[in-house]
Amino acid sequence: MSYIVIDEDRCKGCELCTTVCPQGDLVQMAGHFNVKGYRPSVFVDPEGRCTGCTLCAMMCPDTVITVYRTARKKKTVE
Amino acid sequence: MVGTRLSGWKGYRTMKILMKGNEAIAEAAIRAGCEAYFGYPITPQTEVLEYMARRMTELGRAFVQAESEVGAINMVYGAACTGARAMTTTSSPGYSLMQEGISYMAMSFVPCVIVNIMRGGPGLGNIQPSQGDYFQMTKGGGHGDYHLLSLAPSTVQETVDLIIEAFDLADKYRQPVTVIADGLIGQIMEPVEFPDLKEPQRPERPWALTGAKGRKKNVITSLFLDAHELERENLKLQAIIAQIKANEVRYAEYWLDGAEIVVIAYGTAGRIAQTAVKRAREQGIAVGLFRPISVFPFPYDRLREIAETAQQLLVVEMSAGQMLEDVRLATCNRVPISFYGRMGGVVPLPEEILDKIKGLAGTGS
Amino acid sequence: MSEDGELVFRRPAALSDVVTHYCPGCMHGIVHRLIAEVIDELGIRERTVGIAPVGCSVLAYHYFECDFAEAAHGRAPAMATGIKRTHPELVVFTYQGDGDLASIGTNELIHAAARGENITVVFINNAVYGMTGGQMAPTTLPGMVTTSSPYGRDVKRQGYPVRVCELVSQLDGTAYIVRRSAYKPAEIRKLRQALKIAFQVQMAELGFSLVEVVSNCPTNWGMTPKESLRFVEERMIAYYPLGDYRVRDEVKTLK
Repeated sequence: MSYIVIDEDRCKGCELCTTVCPQGDLVQMAGHFNVKGYRPSVFVDPEGRCTGCTLCAMMCPDTVITVYRTARKKKTVE
Repeated sequence: MVGTRLSGWKGYRTMKILMKGNEAIAEAAIRAGCEAYFGYPITPQTEVLEYMARRMTELGRAFVQAESEVGAINMVYGAACTGARAMTTTSSPGYSLMQEGISYMAMSFVPCVIVNIMRGGPGLGNIQPSQGDYFQMTKGGGHGDYHLLSLAPSTVQETVDLIIEAFDLADKYRQPVTVIADGLIGQIMEPVEFPDLKEPQRPERPWALTGAKGRKKNVITSLFLDAHELERENLKLQAIIAQIKANEVRYAEYWLDGAEIVVIAYGTAGRIAQTAVKRAREQGIAVGLFRPISVFPFPYDRLREIAETAQQLLVVEMSAGQMLEDVRLATCNRVPISFYGRMGGVVPLPEEILDKIKGLAGTGS
Repeated sequence: MSEDGELVFRRPAALSDVVTHYCPGCMHGIVHRLIAEVIDELGIRERTVGIAPVGCSVLAYHYFECDFAEAAHGRAPAMATGIKRTHPELVVFTYQGDGDLASIGTNELIHAAARGENITVVFINNAVYGMTGGQMAPTTLPGMVTTSSPYGRDVKRQGYPVRVCELVSQLDGTAYIVRRSAYKPAEIRKLRQALKIAFQVQMAELGFSLVEVVSNCPTNWGMTPKESLRFVEERMIAYYPLGDYRVRDEVKTLK
């Protein structure tokens, strides 16, 4: 399934990436601080809903998000 | 010893032609391989722009009449950043507008040639010749610690020679080089010779902005937010200025042997003083002429030597007395210094200077 | 998580792998990335020269992997002219804020456009002088409070904001003058496309191109980054409508 990698220590905690995710809240602000003293964004996708649409990465002013997409396999009808 | 042309392009082969100073300035730059000219109309130097408009276009070289002198100097800065030989010419008020750009080029080690054909000032002043920009030309002019190599010709031929050399000096030191003439030199016509047309060759300039192909990117900037880093850059600049001071002092001397009075004058004032001194000698007065050609670096050492034998110095300028201060610096008041100056674009006549010399020699009526 | 997925989004090669000095949420970072993406896509990194202004993006030369020069405040278009006229084969772009371009540098901008210089100007309009701490800019909106319009911009005493695209598109030397924004992904896509076209206009020597980006300044607007996006969408774009202001015919036929 698709996913994103966030370079946490480069994130400036601006939250813009959290405002565009079509799946709602796959990108959230973390509870902890990063090395720069910001609360970084983190990828939270337990159900694997991320489609790799890259909107969060597009919105990031600091290019800290890298996106990997796996083409969704056709659901095989049991 | 009649004045000799100490600087100059040896080995001219072309014939002499009668040419207006401003046009000779333009042709000299073209012969020196100037690839880009950016100017703005301002009397008394606009003919340089007009001549360049014709010739540079003919030769397929870059020419733009800029929106202002501020635009022009920054176009020069851009072109010079690519390693191209670039030039602008202007006159006093325009030269004032160029100061910021020049300061940037000095700090980012970008070579170019700038000719200031000085006119009456301050303010809008007028269009007659003047030497009122000496401080601005030799003491930096813009913000920060820098001095530009400033060469002051007194004839059209010498202007041609110095402009051709200025391009090589700019490359040699990676600094803007200025030639300071005035409205008289720009407007008079005199016979001149030129070297053959030099195609713009582009010597190796690893620092130039030519596209980061097969190398790391180049950045040309004068911004160094860290003070220690800016100081390091300044030290590099000061080292260049020291080199200029050591290698580029130029002057001409006329009848100094046994001269009790030494007249000191540069550019047009130097030329007029030469006539006056010649007449005074014909009337038996022991007087000589010292004519600085490089006004930065100023010939302090040579002047100090002269002050040891001379009894009196007479500084002649078309200003309120600016080079005068450098003469005082050089001679530390070891010998009395008189000053004769005209301002406002008034060009002194030889007779005026001759009377002053006679007065000093005690034989004045 | 195995990294078996296909990499679909990463830092463009033309964007230096460094942390920028820009404030959190500042759109400069987005525009920088888009320019770098376009440079990569067009394959011109090795013949592009950028010119940084004086302002927040004065350090832009740290953030691009192509040759760069630092211009005096407002003079980037003149510098670009000098570079382009001596090296037409180079792709030259200036990157300027509203103080640099619409205040001190207006004369250089207008005449570079009137001359039809084949250069590309990327103009970031965030209605305030950012680097110097939030003063009023020529593009500050009426009523907007800044450190030099503390009672809100009073048009009677401090005049009206300057609409640059509308102004510059009157000049026949211009070939492509558009205004975009980056406050949401759909707009970011349009902005990226506009930047690409602008560079292509230059490469096809069709004349002067300018892309204005209606941008934000969370720090000096006194807002969170998210709030600043709303301000851009609701207040800024109302005064600076997005769209195409001049697109010469030949541009339309560009591939």
